[in-house]
Amino acid sequence: MKIEINGEPREMEARTISEALDELGLADAKVATALNGDFVPKALRGSQTLRDGDKLEVLAPMQGG
Amino acid sequence: MRNFYGVSLRNPFMLGTAQYPSPAILEEAFRKSDAAVATVSLRREQGQGQAFWGIIKSLDVHVLPNTAGCYSAREAITTAHMARELFETNWIKLEVIGHGDTLQPDPFGLLEAAEALVADGFEVFPYTTEDQVLGQRLLDAGCQVLMPWGAPIGSGLGLNNRYGLTSYRAAFPDVPLVIDAGLGLPSHAADALEMGFDAVLLNTAVAQAGDPVKMAEAFAMAIRAGQIGGTADPMEPREMAAPSTPVIGKAWL
Repeated sequence: MKIEINGEPREMEARTISEALDELGLADAKVATALNGDFVPKALRGSQTLRDGDKLEVLAPMQGG
Repeated sequence: MRNFYGVSLRNPFMLGTAQYPSPAILEEAFRKSDAAVATVSLRREQGQGQAFWGIIKSLDVHVLPNTAGCYSAREAITTAHMARELFETNWIKLEVIGHGDTLQPDPFGLLEAAEALVADGFEVFPYTTEDQVLGQRLLDAGCQVLMPWGAPIGSGLGLNNRYGLTSYRAAFPDVPLVIDAGLGLPSHAADALEMGFDAVLLNTAVAQAGDPVKMAEAFAMAIRAGQIGGTADPMEPREMAAPSTPVIGKAWL
């Protein structure tokens, strides 16, 4: 299944956001997620299924003004 | 000092965390500044986010996440929700940008996002202009802090519209007001505090100075001076000179 993660198309095995984070090595990372422009809280990542062509954003703390 | 959503800050200095030459300089600048608030953002995870968070946690600061770079209410709202989960705070510095050259807030998108976020329990710090009508609308939407710009973000021009800002302060006497953006020099910050603003928020002036640590200290001192001076009931300026040395008793020479 092809998922666009942080703007880059990737072939993923994962079926949920939780599994996608595992696959990316970010299972324990401090990140927040959004799917197709909508925020997905941590508690819902396990049940949020992914579909071909979905756009997943995985954001981390960063410097800001 | 007025408090910000129930939080009383140890000083009125809010400092950004972007654009420092190195993480070590960022850390040292924060220590010298004694800033009470650090602004942060969210960006796509590229491996550095976790270390950065480690530094921020080690600083004794309140964290104020921003929605920098958002051009629509929808983007800003989603970003705010992600920030709330990530940084575990209801505080959000709400930026909805209207134009890329001026980075001027989009007043319509800002108000729309503020209404939605307040309804969702956020404590919104809106980055706004000195427009009083918009200011009142943001208060009506439930914002309890307003952050008018001094000048465009990153310009270093200082308080671009002193009349507008003085008038803004007078219009909202009981609202915590923060001058956010555009400051370039410590004297600009002192000026803002002397005018009665409750805090200043800046980033580039410190981070992009040749010596950010020294500049952070200078801003800390200016902010302190402005705060004390502003509450010491400054004299009224006058057009004509008035001798300060007593005239009576002067010798006949």
